[in-house]
Formats: sequence, structure tokens, C-alpha cells
Amino acid sequence: MYDTIIIGAGTSGLGAGVRLAHFGQRVCILERHHRVGGLNSFYRRGGRDFDVGLHALTNYRPKGTRRGPLPKLLRQLRITWDELALRPQWGSAIRFPGVTLRFSNDFALFESEVASSFPGQVDGLRRLVAALVEYDDYASPAAAVSAREVVGRHVDDPLLREMLLCPLLFYGGSREHDIEFGQFSVLFRSIFLEGLSRPAGGVRPLLDRLVGRFREAGGELRLRTGVRRITSDGEKASGVLLDDGTPLSARRVLSSAGWTETMRLCGRANREAERGRTERRLSFVETISVLGRQPRALGHEHTMVFYNDSDRFDYARPDEAVDLRSGVVCVPSNFHGEEPAAEGQIRVASLAHHDRWAGLAPERYRAEKRAWYERMVASATRFVPDFRPAVTETETFTPVTIRRFTGHDQGAVYGGPEKHYDGRTHLANLYLCGNDQGLVGIVGTLTSGVTIANRYLLKDE
Amino acid sequence: MTAAEIKDAILDILSDVAPDEDLSDVKEDVPFRDQLELDSMDFLDIVMELRKRYRIQIPEEDYPQLISMTSTVTYLEPLMKDLEKR
Repeated sequence: MYDTIIIGAGTSGLGAGVRLAHFGQRVCILERHHRVGGLNSFYRRGGRDFDVGLHALTNYRPKGTRRGPLPKLLRQLRITWDELALRPQWGSAIRFPGVTLRFSNDFALFESEVASSFPGQVDGLRRLVAALVEYDDYASPAAAVSAREVVGRHVDDPLLREMLLCPLLFYGGSREHDIEFGQFSVLFRSIFLEGLSRPAGGVRPLLDRLVGRFREAGGELRLRTGVRRITSDGEKASGVLLDDGTPLSARRVLSSAGWTETMRLCGRANREAERGRTERRLSFVETISVLGRQPRALGHEHTMVFYNDSDRFDYARPDEAVDLRSGVVCVPSNFHGEEPAAEGQIRVASLAHHDRWAGLAPERYRAEKRAWYERMVASATRFVPDFRPAVTETETFTPVTIRRFTGHDQGAVYGGPEKHYDGRTHLANLYLCGNDQGLVGIVGTLTSGVTIANRYLLKDE
Repeated sequence: MTAAEIKDAILDILSDVAPDEDLSDVKEDVPFRDQLELDSMDFLDIVMELRKRYRIQIPEEDYPQLISMTSTVTYLEPLMKDLEKR
């Protein structure tokens, strides 16, 4: 009998696991994949490490800062700054036709960029910043209003509004076109006011540290161990049934599988549980180009470039397999303090439609991947220096890849459009953490796991 | 445990809960909140660490007793006097 069974060894499950194991609970994390990390993982191919998910960690703070979400999180997880070894970004940009707004981990740069490209708009930007809800209030009913509406109240220029929304939706929008103002506020603070960085070595050392913490504290991690069912008497969960038919019992179950996915695990084959496969969910295709030299040598000075090829940013599931009109370019070596390496990588991500990729025969799927790789990189190089002549290897993953390795319906990268902030379900001792509980990204999902563990799973001893 | 040992135990917990804080000069009568960057989540952790390490249960209504080093030691003394130093 476990005190808590956690479904999924992504960042939220690991975060919760560290807390519970640290305080003496008998905890087991069950992960169907052979690797931890979920949406933020890694793989090795051809002697190279590739990150999946992580472009950058948000909420950057210099070492020694004691306030803010990231310092709090590190304290809760008993991870020190030095273990994380954050390397801040060089600087990023938002590019629309004819306008570029640069931003860095110093908000003054963004303000001055807005002031010079949009005369008369910087006061509106400052009013918007003053109106942002606090981190702790993002889930309050008052924050559940449309971000587009609130941004529109403060910022007159329609193009500037689109340019503000573009990176925030790309880094956290789970529904089309718009986002709740509470979530917008978290993303705005995390990305523009605090900033971007990358842990030395990418996502892997961070995951290793979390797993290490969990195991040191006595936690049990089972990989290649999927959950087929959450067992219950209709009111309380009694445990889980594994894919291989083994039952495990637990006093409480915490699921990071997603809301609709968890409902199906409970055997609720109703409309709500099916919604995850039919509603409009947002996913991405990501390409990784390995270059024979550093991107900087080719003129890539930015860490991230968010681009859109018209004045209106259409954040939606495309009808086609990939939306070529917009995307994110990430250069993982353009962070301060990265060790110089002979090779470099450039990643390009664009919105994609899961169903266009699902059900293709293997040969056709591979051909589509090659074709869309070419189109995506051609589209991105309208906004960043052309790097195609330097490419030596390529990797491409699609919503189908994401669904296969994470189990999230339609390969949704930020969960479903509806959030469940209180983390509770129809079963008294079954809780939800991860994207669908409300916060996204690595810092967001770690916070989700820690928060739900603190709120429900540690206190009722 | 003596009052001095209890104080050491608290400092040890604080160094775990807030590893980036300088604890060499914690003032005994000044509230922790005014000299260290501790929020309600950190206070929960102090309570949880006491439970984990010394099996002491502190009811929520007693949390205000943990406001400073002096008040914490005073509160914990009767609960910890029969415990062996770890």
C-alpha cells in the first residue's frame, strides 16, 4: 500500500514526488515511457543529445535572488542555484513584417524598443504592466477575463497588441486566439519581466537532479510502467491497474496525465472524457537542424525569434499539417556561458494539426516530415539568417510523436483549453497536477506538482 | 534537548528550507520574516521538518508561536526536552 501513487514522471509528477518522498511518504511514480520528463525530455541519436520541449526556462533570476517563483520553487525542491547553473539568454526578438521588437532579461530594453517602434505606446505598455495580476492570483475568478480584452484596454496599436501576445501564446497558450488574463499575467511576468535562461547542459541535468532528489528521499520510480485504469468504488480511488494487469493500491492518486486522459483512466467513457480527442487542441511540429558550425558564425545573434508574416497573429490549430505563417526559432547555444562547441543547433517550431499526422502509413509519414521540414525552415529563414547550407543532420518531431511519448490527447503541448485550478476530481482522493491544473512550462508544471502536493497530499496526515 | 540544542536544530532546518540565506547572524528576538525571506510555504516546511525529524506535531493554531527564534525555542522546549539530540 502506497501513501501516494503518481501517474507520470514529467516535471509536475517529479516535483510532487520530491515533496512527498522528502516528508516520508511511501510514493511511487509510474511512467509508461522508458524515460522521465514527459513534455520536457531528451533523447540521444547519432552521438548527440537533443532536448524535447525545453527552449528556455522562464522566470530567470540571478543567483542569490530570494523572491519570485523560481527561488521559491528551488527551496521547496531543496535544489540549489549552483545545481541548476542557469545561463541567461543573450537576447530575443519578436518579428512581424517591417517591425522587430528585441527583448532581454532587462525589461528596459523592451520598453525602449516599443518606444522607438511605436511612438506614444510605451505609456500604454506600462499601464498594462501595472494591471497584471499577481502570481498568486492567476487562478482567481477576476483573472478569468480575456487577455485580448485587457491588453486592448491599455494598448491602442493593434500591431503592438499582436506582437505582445505572440510570444506569450506560443509559450503557454492552450486555447486558440486568446488566453485568460491571469495566465497572460503569469507568462508576461515570467518571460518579459523576469526572463529566459537555460540550465547548463539543457533539460537532462535538471531531470537527473529531480530524480536523484526523489530517490535519495526514498521514492520509487518505475519506468516502462503504464497505468491502464484508476481503480475506485466510485467515490474514492483505491489504486491503479497497470498495463500488465498488476494492481497497486494507494491511499491517494495524483495524476499528471491530463484531465480528459485521467477521466478515461477512471473508466468514464462519457463525452467529457472523449472531448480531448475532438476539441481544438494546440500542438507543434519542431525541427532541429544540426549545423557544422555555431549559429553565431552565420549571423544568429538572438536566443529566440518569434515570427509572424502578417500584421495579425493567428494562434490556432491550422487546417494543414503545419502553419507556416508563424513560428519560434531557438538557438540553444545563444545563452551566456555556454561552452563553445564545434557544432550548433537551430530549432524551429510551428503550430501543427495532430490529425493531419495521425494515421499516415510509415513511409508517407516520413516523407511528410521531410517535406514539412524543408517548408518550415524556408519559412523561418525569412526572419533569421539562412542556415541551410550549414545543416549536417536534421530531426523532426510532430504532434504524433508528442502524443506517443506523453500520452496527451492530440499531442497537446499546453494541455486542454479548460484548466482545473483546484486540482480536484470527482473522486475524493484523486488529484490532478500538470498542464491541465493550470500552469505550463517547466517552472509552471514543477510549481503545479509542488502546490498540489502541499495543498492536499502533505497536510492531511 | 537543551534550549541551545533546540536552537541548533532550528538553524539546521532553516539551512535546509532556505539554503541561500545567511544564517550566521540570525537575531533571536526579531521575527524570522523580517530578517529572512520566508513565506507561508517555508513555514509549512519548518513544521514538516520538525515532524519528520523529531516526530513533533504542531497544530495549525500554534504556527504563530514560531515567529522568532526565541518564541520558537520557548514553544518547543516542553515538546523536545525529553528527546535526544540527533
